[in-house]
Amino acid sequence: MSLTLLIEQILNGLQFGVMLFLMAAGLTLIFGVMGLINLAHGALFMVGAFACASVAAWTGSFWAGLAASLAAAAAAGAVIELLVIRRLYDRDHLDQVLATFALILIFSEGTRWLFGSFPLYLDIPPLLSGAVSLPGGAPYPVYRLAVIGVGIAVAVGLSLLISRTRLGMRIRAGESDREMIAALGVDITTLYTLVFALGAALAGLAGAMVGALQSVQVGMGEPVLILAFVVIVIGGIGSIRGALFGSILVGLTETLGRVLLPHGLGLFMEPSAAASIGAAIASMLIYILMALILAFRPQGLFAANG
Amino acid sequence: MGEAMTRNLITRENLITLVLLAALLVGPLVAVALDETFYVTLATRIAILALAATGLNLALGLGGLVSFGHAAFFGIGGYAAGILATHAFNGEPLIFGLSGTKNMLIIWLVGAVSAAVVAAATGLIALRTSGVYFIMITLAFAQMIYYFAISWPAYGGEDGLSIFVRNGFPGVNTLQPLSFFLLCFAVLIVGLVFFAVLKNSRFGAALQAGRQNETRLAAVGIAPFRIRLAAFVISAMMTAIAGALFADLNRFVSPAMLSWHMSGELIVLIILGGTGRLAGPLAGACVYVLFEFLLGGMTEHWQLFLGLVLLGVVLFARGGVIGLLAGRAHHG
Amino acid sequence: MAEPILRLEGLNKSFGALKASDNVSLELYPGEIHALIGPNGAGKSTLINQISGALQPDSGRVYFAGEDVSELGMAARARLGMGRTFQVSSLAGEFSALRNVMLAVQSRQGSSFRFFKPVMSDRSLVDPAMDALARVGLEHRADVPAAELSHGERRQLEIAIALALGAKAFLLDEPMAGMGPEGSKALTRFLDGLRHEAPILLVEHDMDAVFALADRVSVLVYGRIIASGTVEEIRRDSAVREAYLGEGA
Repeated sequence: MSLTLLIEQILNGLQFGVMLFLMAAGLTLIFGVMGLINLAHGALFMVGAFACASVAAWTGSFWAGLAASLAAAAAAGAVIELLVIRRLYDRDHLDQVLATFALILIFSEGTRWLFGSFPLYLDIPPLLSGAVSLPGGAPYPVYRLAVIGVGIAVAVGLSLLISRTRLGMRIRAGESDREMIAALGVDITTLYTLVFALGAALAGLAGAMVGALQSVQVGMGEPVLILAFVVIVIGGIGSIRGALFGSILVGLTETLGRVLLPHGLGLFMEPSAAASIGAAIASMLIYILMALILAFRPQGLFAANG
Repeated sequence: MGEAMTRNLITRENLITLVLLAALLVGPLVAVALDETFYVTLATRIAILALAATGLNLALGLGGLVSFGHAAFFGIGGYAAGILATHAFNGEPLIFGLSGTKNMLIIWLVGAVSAAVVAAATGLIALRTSGVYFIMITLAFAQMIYYFAISWPAYGGEDGLSIFVRNGFPGVNTLQPLSFFLLCFAVLIVGLVFFAVLKNSRFGAALQAGRQNETRLAAVGIAPFRIRLAAFVISAMMTAIAGALFADLNRFVSPAMLSWHMSGELIVLIILGGTGRLAGPLAGACVYVLFEFLLGGMTEHWQLFLGLVLLGVVLFARGGVIGLLAGRAHHG
Repeated sequence: MAEPILRLEGLNKSFGALKASDNVSLELYPGEIHALIGPNGAGKSTLINQISGALQPDSGRVYFAGEDVSELGMAARARLGMGRTFQVSSLAGEFSALRNVMLAVQSRQGSSFRFFKPVMSDRSLVDPAMDALARVGLEHRADVPAAELSHGERRQLEIAIALALGAKAFLLDEPMAGMGPEGSKALTRFLDGLRHEAPILLVEHDMDAVFALADRVSVLVYGRIIASGTVEEIRRDSAVREAYLGEGA
């Protein structure tokens, strides 16, 4: 295991973690402010990816696609908030799970109907298509570094938004006492739609960026959604800091685990057994990690408000 | 008190339950008479899914435990059937020198016990949480098992495992579709009776009270955690037996049985039919399978319409089919 | 003096900067009604929660029926005989009044891990439950879902549940709240007779009831017991008058 390979995998883990953060931040905001569990977040990720891929193919510009993905995901988020989500705020979590699960079915099949079952392709924009040399000489894609950069920018931006702006103030107030801020005259309905659309836009952004690394296909958001849920459970539902910490932790564990475990097992097992057992354990690693954390802190690491 | 009890049994809900069961029983008999054995398979699918969802209904409908990971137990039962059959087929010993078997009774026992162990272990952690955390943790544990099944190469991994010849049940020719259906139907009846008996028992009273008001249950001196853990384990066992039957129906088991879509599907079955109602899972399974069959014949995008129907039920018809037909539940 | 059935020893509880319980010690003796009064926000409910096990104090011990129950949870303390009612009635709303009480009977009789015999036809559960309901005058409402009972009836139901539990001590959290004058009078008479079955720790705002019923009164202000004694002693206590009526009273 060379240092270069290790650095490369750490960067991959960070990039994965940052993408998870974009999903988890939206999810945790939506839950923290509105008390709503939103399974359709993965669908919004997918909407962002499809919007980016189609508009990029149509205009030839990745950047136009990126803008489209933000707009489309935010719009989709706003629409479902208006039509469906706002009826769910007073319902129990089971109803929220089912209704948003229904939305997944609708979005997935709807997308398949519009675009067919074959994946779309999204090219990395020329500006970001080069590579930099890591210590040790191996090349590392600029694009992935850019994704990490975007993630850090979003984290900083969100933190500034929440601590420095009036919207952020309302978000923080809404997180601690929903009824109170309504009584104080804050327009709850608009606030909720805004928060939902913001979360949706972040998910769409993540989908668009990932679309250039993998292909764009129906259902791409689902594995990410589940991991994002693990992230917010580990980090503490409602906490952005927890989401950031959790996503980096999960991203690194997932990526490094897949590489290091078979390697480590290979030290005292034969290669083929090490590879398969290592892969099996690596895929379960995140969930084992989550179970361990929850066994000691059932409310997550950075539980927001009691 | 005897006549009052008899009177209590003749409710609109119980009549609907009987009608549904009768229809499910009669359907395949008619189909065989008309030489359309496909419908027998359809009915068997309904019966098995109804059993799986009844298991979940114990935890979710009675106990209020929103388990988004019950597919794990469904899949464990399925893999019990698949793995034991495979070892019986190729003669290799399993572990501890035990050999495989094609006897459904043993398979169900192994499946149920395995599911019970997993449910107890995950329940010990998950049941310390509540609300959203509980939903997420049950989902995550099921995912863990799902990914394990995909990456463990010995039993087919992602491609799944075939059961070349359907497993056997003493005295029943399981290879014959109608006989196998009757077996599944009988197991479903046993499951429904068990559900009804449990619901009316002291355990059921404590479980349902815990769903309605956890503080009240503790305040009368009953510890909610232990009741819930027991309910979770029992419900896992019933769903596992359904999983074993499902694997035998399709003569195939794959990680798809463990996926979170399957967990969602089980919850959907209960909601469509009516949460906590005896015949809820049965009504839900009928609606779902018929929907899939009828609408699936018309368009491959039938799941979109399923989503719309589900959304409609959640938002506007919260009591499901049984709620619409029999009104609100009477708790006595 | 006989052994107290309930003894609090130096209970402390803070929520951040707010000290809700400040070194609270208190006894409840057999046969007595001990009232706990104090202005709003004094920490009375927090104290009841610590006694019943719903809340863990930061420090201090709770002794009940001769045992140290400080490490026990709510269910264990209830099984030992703590019969608690809630300031905001907390019932299994879908269940009828009868089924709510039957839960307590079932708990008192032993294990709830019985899976086969239907409860509704089990006389050993139904009869004691109906008796408890009759004692509080609710037998004619036995089949009504708890959520549909009136406010006063819900309070009566909670007391019936505590009775069916065979409580060794009653912890009543503002049972008079929201009851009209008729209901309050009836409940006062009822509690008066109840004290001989088991002593009562009565948290109340209704001063008529307190003065009519209490053998002893403790006054809780800002989490601290500022006075404790007979009704007469408390009436004359200057610290109490100041806390309730302001200076110059």
